[in-house]
Amino acid sequence: MTNQTDKQWAIETQDLDIYYSDFRAVKNVSLKIEPKKITSIIGPSGCGKSTVLRSFNRMNDFIPGSRVTGGIFFQGQNIYDPRIDPVQVRQRIGMVFQKPNPFPKSIYENVAWGARINNYKENLNDLVEECLVKSALWGEVKDLLQRPALSLSGGQQQRLCIARALAVKPEIILMDEPCSALDPIATLKIEDLMRELSAQYTIIIVTHNMQQAGRASDFTAYFTMDTDRAGSMIEYGVTSQVFTNPTHKSTEDYISGRFG
Amino acid sequence: MKNPLNLVSTTTYGRDLNLEQRQKKATIWKALFRLSTLVGVVALAILIISIVNQAFGLVAIEDTNDRNDFISTSIKEVTKTELIQLIETNLSTNRVRTLDREEPLVERSRHDLMALVETEVFKQRIVDSYSLFGSIFTPNTFRDQVAKKHPEAIVEFKSWFTPQFLQESMSKTPELAGIRTALFGSLFLILITISVAFPLGVSAAIYLEEYARQNTWLSRVIQTNIDNLAGVPSIIYGILGLTIFVRAFEPITSGRLFGYEGANGRTILAAGLTMALLILPILITNAQEAIRAVPNSLRQASYGLGATQWQTIWYHVLPYALPGILTGTILAISRALGETAPLIIVGAATYITKDPSGLFSNFTAIPIQIYNWTTRPQQEFRNIAAVAILVLMFMLLSMNAVAILWRNKIQNKR
Repeated sequence: MTNQTDKQWAIETQDLDIYYSDFRAVKNVSLKIEPKKITSIIGPSGCGKSTVLRSFNRMNDFIPGSRVTGGIFFQGQNIYDPRIDPVQVRQRIGMVFQKPNPFPKSIYENVAWGARINNYKENLNDLVEECLVKSALWGEVKDLLQRPALSLSGGQQQRLCIARALAVKPEIILMDEPCSALDPIATLKIEDLMRELSAQYTIIIVTHNMQQAGRASDFTAYFTMDTDRAGSMIEYGVTSQVFTNPTHKSTEDYISGRFG
Repeated sequence: MKNPLNLVSTTTYGRDLNLEQRQKKATIWKALFRLSTLVGVVALAILIISIVNQAFGLVAIEDTNDRNDFISTSIKEVTKTELIQLIETNLSTNRVRTLDREEPLVERSRHDLMALVETEVFKQRIVDSYSLFGSIFTPNTFRDQVAKKHPEAIVEFKSWFTPQFLQESMSKTPELAGIRTALFGSLFLILITISVAFPLGVSAAIYLEEYARQNTWLSRVIQTNIDNLAGVPSIIYGILGLTIFVRAFEPITSGRLFGYEGANGRTILAAGLTMALLILPILITNAQEAIRAVPNSLRQASYGLGATQWQTIWYHVLPYALPGILTGTILAISRALGETAPLIIVGAATYITKDPSGLFSNFTAIPIQIYNWTTRPQQEFRNIAAVAILVLMFMLLSMNAVAILWRNKIQNKR
């Protein structure tokens, strides 16, 4: 613990509170995310895990009345600093959503668009290929690049969304229950993909699926609701530790399926 | 009672399902819905039939000048040179010069010259007309009536819809009157209206849906007002247009500011702006509806890639909402094309023979012509009013068809 103060964390939150108008949805979250690892956030419905995830790239800004106190630090800077443009934050910290949401455009255009609007000057064709290869979709779509993205299957669409996120060259990828709309085979493919991507990217995933957190993540944070309905982090540690030897009773109950 | 499954008892688990009565109720509702649709269809059919009924039918034609005073044989046997001679000797020099300027007489076809001689020299006039159904089922009633009142007249079948009707401008004589001026007037008017209202309406809708804070009292007041404005009687917009565009902005709408002399504010520009005001609320609410229907996941996907709000709106929200916006625009155009009251107030001319040539022209529009013709005592004006209605309906249908095809093309690209 002594030399960890100097360590560059991917994301570090300090006493993070998130409010929706007067309602405190999340309280006192102090979390340090290990770079180039997969961190999963688990917990029962309504415990604020998605809220926390979405605060990492300021996607909560679009919810009227939402505000944040405390700090979220990315590369030493508080991303809620008024001098920081949220557009830049979202380019550096990408996001994959619960339901696959490709643009109603061609497969190629889905991947290329983000790069283009972010002023990408190099060869777009190469970038599209690179991102589709990384997201393990290239083999399936390399001859169908001009086909509408919505003609793909759900699992393929979600991998396309990952490719799309990669194309803007983020450092962190946030995934909000990325497999909840997918079948088990597509889910496994995404998990394999996450494992490969974690060599280059920090991945933070919110999941309802305990096995998924156990299988696919290096670190696990367990959130639950307090009596005032505010979510808070109960336990955080190496996944195997949290799953086999939780320090809190509540964590153990949740993981063993006794509630949630 | 149908009983194919041989479920003799209508009781299940000791409960009376009351099936018979429930099914009866369902049948009654279905019959009611069917009846409502039928009433609508019948009303539409009657409308179209009554218009068509006026647009075609028997007419009685009579020469005002006795043709035997001019020619001794049937007109079909008169040569082309003799026809030209007839025209040149019997019409005023001014009229001959005008005709010659339109197209030199010697270059005109025989058929054309014959028509000229009949209308201008013999002054052939339609003295009576009859409806289409009357012409088909009881033609003799009409023939008897004509024989009594106009013993000289010939009875023949006439379609009031002629190419000439589209090409000619307004005239005092119904069979010579045409709709060209009004047709151009309407088209030009719609062009001005849409080019003002579309960008304004869509921009306002974007602002209200994407930028303005929702659910504040101010946004609610604005929203309620826009919704209500769509229902304000069109004549009120006419009064507004008269006060603002015709009177207050006269230097602009009359074109005096740009060096046009002698005009007043009752121009096609003033009318177009008034119409734009009239359809603006319809356009805004429809565009808002379309923008609201864009799934939020699309916006989030765009923002998640580091797009700005403008990039999100321009590349994702607008393309997705465009078909819906176009549907609203179709509705608005249809409304503007058929609107009469505000045009009368703003000062559309009812008798004008000059096509609109620019923003500061005087003008007339098809509904104005229809209104004008139907208020005249002669039956023949009602016949051409019916044809004008057909032209207006055809115009509406073709404009809508273009917009719908365009919309489908966009939708299919997804």
